[in-house]
Parts: sequence; structure tokens; C-alpha cells
Amino acid sequence: MSLPSSLTDFSLAEARDAVHAKKVSSKELATAFVKAIADARPLNAFVTETPEKALEMAVASDVRIAHGEARPLEGLPLAIKDLFCTKGVKTTAGSHILGNFIPPYESTVTQNLWDAGAVMLGKTNMDEFAMGSSNETSYHGPVFNPWRARNSNQNLVPGGSSGGSAAAVAGNLCLAATGTDTGGSIRQPAAVTGTVGIKPTYGRCSRWGIVAFASSLDQAGPMTRTVRDSAILLKHMASVDPKDSTSVDVPVPDYEADLERGVKGLRIGIPKEYRIDGMPPEIEQLWQKGIDWLKAQGAEIVDVSLPHTKYALPTYYIVAPAEASSNLARYDGVRYGHRAEGAEDIVDLYEKSRAEGFGKEVQRRIMIGTYVLSSGYYDAYYARAQKIRTLILRDFTEVYEKVDVLLTPATPGPAFGIGEKTADPVSMYLNDVFTVTVNLAGLPGIAVPAGLTENGLPLGLQFIGKAFDEATLFRAARAIETAANFTAKPAHWWRAA
Amino acid sequence: MSKTIKGQTGDWEIVVGMEVHAQILSNAKLFSGAATAFGAEPNSQVSFIDAGMPGMLPVINRKCVEQAVRTGLGLKAQINLHSVFDRKNYFYPDLPQGYQISQYKSPIVGEGEILLDMKDETIKVGIERLHMEQDAGKSLHDQHPDASFVDLNRSGVALMEIVSKPHMRSSEEAAAFLRKLRSILRYLGTCDGNMDEGSMRADVNVSVCRAGGYEKFRATGDFRHLGTRCEIKNVNSMRFVQMAVEYEARRQVDILEDGGTIVQETRLYDSKANETRSMRSKEEAHDYRYFPDPDLLPLVLDQAWVDDIARSLPELPDEKKARLVKAGLSAYDATVLVAEKESADYFEAMLATGIEAKAAANWLNNEYFGRLNKAGLAITDGPVSAQANAAIVKMVADNTISGKIAKDLLDIVWSEGGDPVAVVEARGMKQVTDTSAIEKAVDAVIAANPQKVEEVKAKPKMASWFTGQVMKATGGKANPGVVNAILKQRLGLPED
Amino acid sequence: MSVDKDTVRRIARLSRIALPEERCAPMAGELDGIFKWVEQLNEVNVDGVQPMTSVVEQRLKMRDDVVTDGNSANALMANAPQGEDHFFVVPKVVE
Repeated sequence: MSLPSSLTDFSLAEARDAVHAKKVSSKELATAFVKAIADARPLNAFVTETPEKALEMAVASDVRIAHGEARPLEGLPLAIKDLFCTKGVKTTAGSHILGNFIPPYESTVTQNLWDAGAVMLGKTNMDEFAMGSSNETSYHGPVFNPWRARNSNQNLVPGGSSGGSAAAVAGNLCLAATGTDTGGSIRQPAAVTGTVGIKPTYGRCSRWGIVAFASSLDQAGPMTRTVRDSAILLKHMASVDPKDSTSVDVPVPDYEADLERGVKGLRIGIPKEYRIDGMPPEIEQLWQKGIDWLKAQGAEIVDVSLPHTKYALPTYYIVAPAEASSNLARYDGVRYGHRAEGAEDIVDLYEKSRAEGFGKEVQRRIMIGTYVLSSGYYDAYYARAQKIRTLILRDFTEVYEKVDVLLTPATPGPAFGIGEKTADPVSMYLNDVFTVTVNLAGLPGIAVPAGLTENGLPLGLQFIGKAFDEATLFRAARAIETAANFTAKPAHWWRAA
Repeated sequence: MSKTIKGQTGDWEIVVGMEVHAQILSNAKLFSGAATAFGAEPNSQVSFIDAGMPGMLPVINRKCVEQAVRTGLGLKAQINLHSVFDRKNYFYPDLPQGYQISQYKSPIVGEGEILLDMKDETIKVGIERLHMEQDAGKSLHDQHPDASFVDLNRSGVALMEIVSKPHMRSSEEAAAFLRKLRSILRYLGTCDGNMDEGSMRADVNVSVCRAGGYEKFRATGDFRHLGTRCEIKNVNSMRFVQMAVEYEARRQVDILEDGGTIVQETRLYDSKANETRSMRSKEEAHDYRYFPDPDLLPLVLDQAWVDDIARSLPELPDEKKARLVKAGLSAYDATVLVAEKESADYFEAMLATGIEAKAAANWLNNEYFGRLNKAGLAITDGPVSAQANAAIVKMVADNTISGKIAKDLLDIVWSEGGDPVAVVEARGMKQVTDTSAIEKAVDAVIAANPQKVEEVKAKPKMASWFTGQVMKATGGKANPGVVNAILKQRLGLPED
Repeated sequence: MSVDKDTVRRIARLSRIALPEERCAPMAGELDGIFKWVEQLNEVNVDGVQPMTSVVEQRLKMRDDVVTDGNSANALMANAPQGEDHFFVVPKVVE
């Protein structure tokens, strides 16, 4: 194994192997990433850095390694999306309403990671309450994509809502990061930052301790630089959790074991409805390239149809805000978080605290959700949307009788400029057009980097799998990764800044 | 109050329906592992789930589901194997999540019934549904001049909301419904029924209609035959239910007779003033935006599990009453005895000693309950055990002591304690059945009262005067039956 | 249907979000745009289709009736904007 010259260039797998072989200490790794994070503050990828905690955990890991007690992720520094509650470490969900909330508990997913030996570097920036596709709705300000177009100084969005995690992974500020995905919030930023991100099957990772956006759609997943790294990290994020009623009782397999099995004989569906009007030719070409690569590796390509695809996005924009309007009712300035000054009475306290605490997009979605659930509109909106969800899932169920996995583009285009799409909500929502269907159907989806635009910006492809068949997604994504040989890296322009 | 109110313009009928919130008896809360005990330190029985902390999720307590099913079975109701938890969204400081998890469209229990034993008739009150939900916390408004204090100990405690049909037609029936429901829940062990501690709270729906309207409603199911109802919130005793219904019905009749109309609204019963008042703060139009809670899946039960619960059901008041009537009790006595689980248990403990049911019931109802009432004691706090009372009844039955002596004996055991059999022995309270001793006493009384002997021959009813004299002479210990027999023989009176 | 300013006010009130008067009209416009876009869902025939209650195909798990939580009033109050004697404190609520 030839190791990268810089510690921060290690993949998670490389670092794991090096740490276990005692070629690199956990402390060295942590120190390198703590410095990288400090140098990368212009990216605004982190909202809370926890260098002391990182070093403390790393030193403890080194002791375990010395005693031959290394755990699977021993001493590997990770970044955590600020949506995961971390005991004793401020958790804001990118919102002002949580104020200086310090959770007295640890989310199941992060606890699983610490139990596996991982080290926490800090909390990453994100769209407020994970509502956004560009990381521009964060109370802590936008995150800049480490990638810039060739010969351009324009700052681009890193995608959202897990934009901070995506930027941290793409900018080598951590070995890997956690994200969450309600309508594409892992896959879409992964695609526009040239990284790998998987949204597992709903129920695969526990939602306990993750600040809720839309309960029936939210799912945590890994964001990494390689497919193998995602396979490794998901194994240790996922669990069957008695504290989450929607956590599914299916054992977590060793995803890494099957990774190199290839796609020979795999039936890969190409859903025609994903060929949308006005799709940039670059995306179309990338998709075709993906098909060709898979065919060349022995996969069987099958044209399929998912007729309700076009209704997924509007369906999502009823279901997700409805659940959010209820999930976010607890932020009322009474027990924690921001409380407005000078309230005259309790209603005034609520209205002022929430008006001051929630940003514009969150307020808008709460309003949408309240409206679609309100008396007289429930059947026309919410009930109808849930019926269409049934139809969307039925589309997949029927297609999966013919194919094992589906290949689609991950995003309708590459990263765009800061502020370019903030004026029109619907144009912003369209960024999730390829990713959102998967959430509505509860299925797993993975985004894998597949190439660059003419301007040198990364683009990704997406595989959609059967429920609890993440293993096949990793295999298929690995095949694309191998064929694409995506080695491009963003220039570290922020260090000069 | 009767079923009709006489007005100046004609007769009005009262119609009452009830929604009862009963706290499910369980160690832990409906969706969290925090304790449910009453009276704990503020916010000491609160999990992060109950406080609506970010990212917290509910997981249901199996025992609470079982208790709801048990209650449904006890109410002879339909058990729904598929039910759904919904969120009821509204803002209030003691509602930490900003919604209450409840069951709206698909409750766990459907239609059932409760029988009410009224003075002259048995009434069947339909149960509309029973669903599970979370209780809210408590806001204290009297701790500070311009602040309210919030304690979340109750937040998340499991409740059953039991909804009756509008089948009650007087304040007495309304109170009887609550009493009977409480009795059933306590027999089942699904709610402790402590109304003082808020374990049971009733919302009472009252309306009035013109005479005949109720019958039309029952015949057609059309609510338009009934008047507009007002909901009286949180009435927390049987007596208050009765008083609130009476006040509210009268209030409505007065309005209608003055040509006014009833506004459907929520009202509060003020027990001090004995009146109901409009709750203005609740007037803001509610829009609860119910939708299925996405943190939970539909609750699906196995019929076999429900059957197991059904098999474990205890004997309930109606069945117990039927059994006691069969054993010789009057319907009235049986109703009184089974009403409270404690008195029924006490009575059953007496019967377990082998004494006759009728005698035991008479003794309890006529003697022991009277003493308890006078002393203001509950049956569980009374000084005389079921076994001791049974021993007294047994001694009367086998003529060891007379009925009169039995009452004296109860007084002694009440105040001094002790085994009744031993007391009778030690104090020589056994009744005299030795005929020669009684003959001697009878002869002495006859000899001393020749004039009375003449009178009794003309008026045989006067024999009781002689009985009294003989009893007096024997210190009450003579067996009255034996005394009468000898007297009749000596006086030459005919046998009965 | 279109979303007007009165509707926006009503929804803001239900949502307990103070919305300044000058925001009502723009918000009405934004919501109207979104609902117009959502109207395409009316094309779908949903007759006889059951609404999705969960994407997860499993029984609701149940826990045992054991006290495992509580006695953490200090941790509970640690983030409270205002508290006294382990009570959360809010402006006086008039019943």
C-alpha cells in the first residue's frame, strides 16, 4: 500500500489500516485534521470545532491501540453534522432558535461511532433544520464549496443540507462525515462536491437524537471520499435501536466484504422518467457514460419506467413541511433555546421567539405544513400526497421484479453560485428532483462521483436500490468509481485566503 | 332532578354525554420510561422525551396497551386490532412537544356499553369509543404574580379517553355513569379512580331539548333532535357532576325560554359558586391539524393476545351482582355491595367463611356500614375484619347469640377489638335456649301479672308485652323464639 | 384556489410565528407560487389508493413497563431560558 504524502489525504480505509498497523498514531491524524479545519475557516464548513475533545479522544485511542484493544474505527477523526445531538457539545441544527443548546444526551448514530473508536473533530454547518439544497439557509452563514470552476474565483454552494459535511470531506478536513438526507441532503451535496454519500434504507440508522425535520423521510448516512469508506462508516452508524420505533429489526451486514464483487450479471434499470426536460447535455452524457461503463463490466441494462416520478417533488413539498410544522412546534422558547425579550404574554412569547429564531425558509415551510394540515385542506393536500407516495413506492416495487438496482443522475447540474437560486423557492426545490423519490419510498440511494463538467466541476451518478440492499449499491457504485477513476481534487484556494 | 324540567313554555328533556379521562395504571409513561407516581418533586419524573427535547422519540409501553384492551373488554366493547396514533397540534406551555399523541381516526376500542342500576330501572349507556393518549404537564398559576410555573411530571402519562354516547337523561344518571365506570376500572385494575389526584376527570356534555326529542334521536340517530350542547370541562367528583348538570340544564332552559339560543362552547364548573362559566381563553378557534404520528407505526394487535387478556379478566360488578342475586340477595343489596370493589371484596371475604349470603348482606348493610358511615370511615379503614363480622353473623345464625346481643357484640369488637367468639364466651353473652330456665321465667311473669293474662286472651297481639318482660328478666339472653313458643302454650294462645 | 393575506395571517397565527404586516403580501405570493406548482398532483388518479402510513414494514415495537428514566431535573433545566425551583417559568397564562 502506498500511503498519501499528507495525512489529511488519507481515505478512511487507508487511515484505519495505517492506525491499526501503528504506522500512524491517532493523535497525529487528529492533529493534522484540527489544523486543516483551522486553516479552512473561510469555507465555513464547521459551526463548532472541538479540537480538545478530538485530541483527548485520539490519545485515548492510541492507548487502546497500544494495548491491542483497537476497535473498528479506532482513532479515526470524523466530522458530525450539527443535526446530531452530541452530549455536552453545542447542537444548533443550523438555527438560531436552538440558541446555545447543549444536549444532555448523545444521538444513537454518533454513540455507535464513538463506541467503534471514532474521534470527533467538530460539528458541521448545514441548512437550517436541514431545509435547503445549498447550505444558504444556515443561521451560521453559507458554506463555500471547496470546488471552483476552472479559472474562476466565484464561490459556489456545496449543496445542502449537509453542505458543511460535504465541504469538509471534499476539502480533506476530516476522514469522513455524517450527514442526514430527507430529500437528497446527503446525495445532492456529495454529487456537487465530488464525494460519495449514501442515504440508507429508512429504518437502517436510528433517528434517536437527531433533530427531526420530517420524521417519515429523515435518514442518517455517511459522506466520504470513497465508496469503500461509505461502506465502512455505514456499518458502524447503522444499528437496530429499541429507542426508535421506526428502526427496523434487520441485522447490519459487513458491506465492505462484498464491495469488489463487481456488477457482472447485475440487472441495472434505467428509468426513462429521469430524462427530464431541459436537462443539461453534460448530465445526459454522464448518465450514458455510466451505462456504458456498467455494460462493459458485464451488467445487464434494462429500460424501465417509474410513471409517478414527476409527482415526487411536489408530493415531498407537502409531506415534509407538514411533518416539519409539527416537529418544530417544540421550539417555543420555554424549555431550551432562544427566547424573545419583552414578551407580553405566552402567545407573544411564542410568536416573537419563533419569528426571531427561525429563518425565512424554515418559516415558509412551517407555514406550508400548517396550511396543508389545516381544517378543510388535509384531504386535498396531505391525504392525497400520502396516497401518491403509495403509488411511487408501488412503481419501485414493480420495477424491482425486473431489475436489481437503478441508475440515474444525482443532480440536474453542478454546483451553482452563492445566491443564484435563493429568489425563487421552486427553482431551488428542483435541485432535489432526482433524489427525493427515494426518500418518499424509503429506499436506499447512493451518489458517486463520475466526472467533471467542462468547467472542471464534479458531477455524480445515483444508484437506487431495494430496501435493505445497500450492499448491492456499494458494489455498483464501486464499479462506477473504478471505471470513472475520479482522481480530481479541488485546489486548496482557501489556505491562501 | 328528574328527566324533565318544567318550563313556562312546556317540558324540556335533559340529555347528557360524557368524556372521561382515566389515567392508566402503569409504572412508566405511555411513550417514555419515566415514573408515573403522584405527588413527586417538580420535573423529577420527566424523561427528555416527555420534555420534548430535540431528536427524542416515543416508544410505546406494552402494559398501557394491555390496560386499554382490558378496559375495552370490560366495557364489552369492540377491540380494534389495527389502530393509529395521531398528533393533535396546539401550543401550550405544559405541552412540550407542541402536540399531544392521541388516537383520532382509529381508536384502539370501539363501541361498548355500561349498565346503570337506577332506582326503578336498569339503563344501558352506549360507549362510543376508547382511545389512548398522553397527558399534558401542569401549569401552576399561583406561585408568582406575573409568571406561570410549569411542571412536566404528568407530561406523557398514559390516559384512556372514554367517550359515552348521549344516553344519560338526568343528573343522577350522569353521576351513576361516572360511578359505575370508576367501579369497572377499579375492578379491572386499569385505573385507580382517585378523582382527588386527577386520575379520573370528566368532561360533561349537556343539552336540553323539547319533550320527545330524545326518543326521536334514539329512533333515528339524528342529532338534530337534540339541543346544542355545552361541554363542561374537568368535573372532578360525582357530586359535582350532578350539580353541574343540574345547573347547566337549568341555565340552558332559562335561556331558551327567554327566546335565546345556546352557543356551543366549553364551560368550566365552579364548585364554590355552583355555576358553570364560559372559558373565554379557549374560545379561539382550534385547528388541531391531526395527522398520523410519523414517529410511530400503526398499532397492530394479535387476536390471540387479546383473547389471553379476555381470559384473565376478573369478575366485574354486573356479573358479581347477578351471582349474588342468585345466592339469595335482593337486587338492591347486591347493587350496594358490588358498587365499590372494596366492599365487594369485604363481602366476599365474609362469604368465604361459609356463612349464608343473605344474612351476611343484611348484617353489613344494616349494621356495619351504618357504623362506618357514622364514623366517616372507608371499609378498608374500619376496625372490624370481614372474618370477625362473619363470626358474629354465624353465631346469630346458629342461635349462639340473639340479634340484639349481636349488635352489642359488634359495638364491643368495634371499640375494643378481639375475637367475637371469645368475647361472647368471656362475657357470658350466649343466649339461653335451656327450656326449663325459660319456662321458669315465663311462669314467674304470668304469675305476677294476672290482669294482663286476662287481657291477652281477648287481644292475642298483646303477647309481645309478655315476650318483652321475659327478655328483660333474662337479661336479653333468652332465645326469643323459644320464649314465644312457651308463652303461647302457657297462655293457651293458638300457634301461628 | 389562491392564498391571500388573510390566509397567511391565519396560518402564521396557527404556527405561532409573528409575521410583520409587510411580510404578509410577499409570503402570500410565495405560498401561492408553491401551491400552484403543487396543483399538478390533481392529475393523479388516487381512487382506491391507501395513504402511506409508514414505509417500514414491521410491527410497532413495545417496551416493558419499567421505570428507566427521570430523576434528571438538573439536566432537564440546564438549557432553560428561565427556571425556578426546578419549574420552567413562562409569562403568566390566563386560564
